[in-house]
Amino acid sequence: MSSVWPVLPVLLPLIGGIALLFCRLGGLQLQRSVSLLFTAGLIILTLKTLSVAVTEGHQVYLLGNWLAPFGIVLVLDQLSALMVLLTALLSMFALLYAIAQDTDKQGEDFHTLFQIQLFGLNGAFLTGDLFNLFVFFEVLLLASYGLLLHGGGRLRTKGGLHYVVINLVGSSLFLFAVGTLYGVLGTLNMADLADKMATVSADDQGIVAAAALLLLVVFGIKAAIFPLYLWLPGAYANTSAAVAALFAIMTKVGLYAIIRVHGTLFGEQAGPLAGLHTDLLLWLGMLTLILAVFGVFAARSLKEQAAFLILASVATLLVGIGIDNSAALSASLYYLVHSTLIGGAMFLLADLVARGRGSYADKLRSAPAMARAIMMGSLFLVSAIAIAGMPPLSGFFGKVLILDSAIGHPLQSWIFTAVLLGSLLMMIALARSGSILFYQVNEESNNDGGTINTKATAVMISLLLLSPLLVVAAGPVTALTEQIAQQLADSQSYINAVLSQSAVTGK
Amino acid sequence: MEWIVALVIGVMTASGVYLVLRARTFPVVLGLTLLSYAVNVFLFTMGRLQVGQAAIISPDATAYTDPLPQALVLTAIVIAFGMTAFLIVLALKARSELGNDHVDGLHYVAEEQAVKSRQKAGD
Repeated sequence: MSSVWPVLPVLLPLIGGIALLFCRLGGLQLQRSVSLLFTAGLIILTLKTLSVAVTEGHQVYLLGNWLAPFGIVLVLDQLSALMVLLTALLSMFALLYAIAQDTDKQGEDFHTLFQIQLFGLNGAFLTGDLFNLFVFFEVLLLASYGLLLHGGGRLRTKGGLHYVVINLVGSSLFLFAVGTLYGVLGTLNMADLADKMATVSADDQGIVAAAALLLLVVFGIKAAIFPLYLWLPGAYANTSAAVAALFAIMTKVGLYAIIRVHGTLFGEQAGPLAGLHTDLLLWLGMLTLILAVFGVFAARSLKEQAAFLILASVATLLVGIGIDNSAALSASLYYLVHSTLIGGAMFLLADLVARGRGSYADKLRSAPAMARAIMMGSLFLVSAIAIAGMPPLSGFFGKVLILDSAIGHPLQSWIFTAVLLGSLLMMIALARSGSILFYQVNEESNNDGGTINTKATAVMISLLLLSPLLVVAAGPVTALTEQIAQQLADSQSYINAVLSQSAVTGK
Repeated sequence: MEWIVALVIGVMTASGVYLVLRARTFPVVLGLTLLSYAVNVFLFTMGRLQVGQAAIISPDATAYTDPLPQALVLTAIVIAFGMTAFLIVLALKARSELGNDHVDGLHYVAEEQAVKSRQKAGD
């Protein structure tokens, strides 16, 4: 029997987006309530899908009742369920913040774009077809272009232009890779591709490997891997804070796609092509990490610094994926949850600081003391501890788990050096910006910043509180991520679940 | 016939890449359009080149052509069309807001900031 669970998280935001178009007549207040309602509904739904995925294994939905590999399938497994839940959680905080700061008043249709963004994200996490993944990528990108440019402003337009152009180039490369794989293997269903990977003749192995690496470039653009990350700081630092916080999940889509596509296609069953991407990812991860930390140092504003911190978290995750064992994957997933939520919180904090400092905004220069400076400084301290990976918050646990899984790896010393050096430099850079922002107070002029927006601060604090929560709940969360890593290692069960799915007979 | 198609794809891709690397927005838009044309022809040929064959099962047909690449190309055309339209509007917006049509429209902004800071110093 075809299960409906994979399709519901895709449908709900789509219906929400369409419903919001009709709510335009009812004014902003109605749009806000409807948008909140649908996002809250998505959290409840994704909690349920996670429990279904954990208890009942792979859930497969055949679109249009076409059998795999002929039709498109949506597949829910534990990894996609976790990603969908994470998206829903983060989007709730981003939406609450956008409402608290009136970001949605700066232009039309913020809420519609927001729901369509969630539609694209959930679709990308749940699809089991390579071409359908391309389509959902385009959906989420088009919505993200709208959200990124929402509110206008020339720096935003400039960053947005780079973002759009590089992603369009990425889309072309994606289609080249998809076409090549189809030309050699005659299928686009991920399970079927993985199944046929072992039968590729020796002549065609080079072509398939080239297509796979081309896909890695495409996902590398999404995930912002060296040398394809240069668009990220400009785009993320100049957009509105709520959108930047939501975009903390966007780079993770690229990482998810690498785990899903390359992990499934080039798993153990792939024969000579197995694991062709892992060493590359490890080196690229370490290189990206060091360059991202340099960026954290060189950043001239807090938002830019937050963008480079997102990049550093992506790089750490790449190292985790590149270590390529079950424990490392489990550790990476824990760190992924942490870094997405706290990366988002960092953007919200940067925005609060920028608003509090008035004309000095979030530039790293000494300025008159802002309102409620002690509270904001303490929030900065806690966020910095969480994101740099210091005890006792969740970043520390994530990094310890990743390093623990690296013990015994041939490149062990390189991994330890890169991750630990990266953390140290990150901590120094954050300490420096903290002292500039909160200690080096310039007494000569008066602060022209606004008072602190209580609602927005409350949203930011509650997002930040998820970090200690992740530490308290580390037992159950790591139990879940270990289970996910085990399920991913067994790609044969994924292939069997998809290819043995029978159609609904209608009687 | 294969080599003509391969040549066409190759030339369009090369021209597309060259244009995407240009400094002004309009050539970049043209380059992306050429790239998407190249991709569409490429996807189409991945179903192998067949002339005058049926795509849908019928009792009279002796051989078939692969219908899937046609569906893929159709989807890709629609998406590329929408994206190009969006990019043109964005390029126009950038032209009016940044005051020039450079992809990296920073020159103007940096210059203006320098003028502003000089004015501040003068005060």
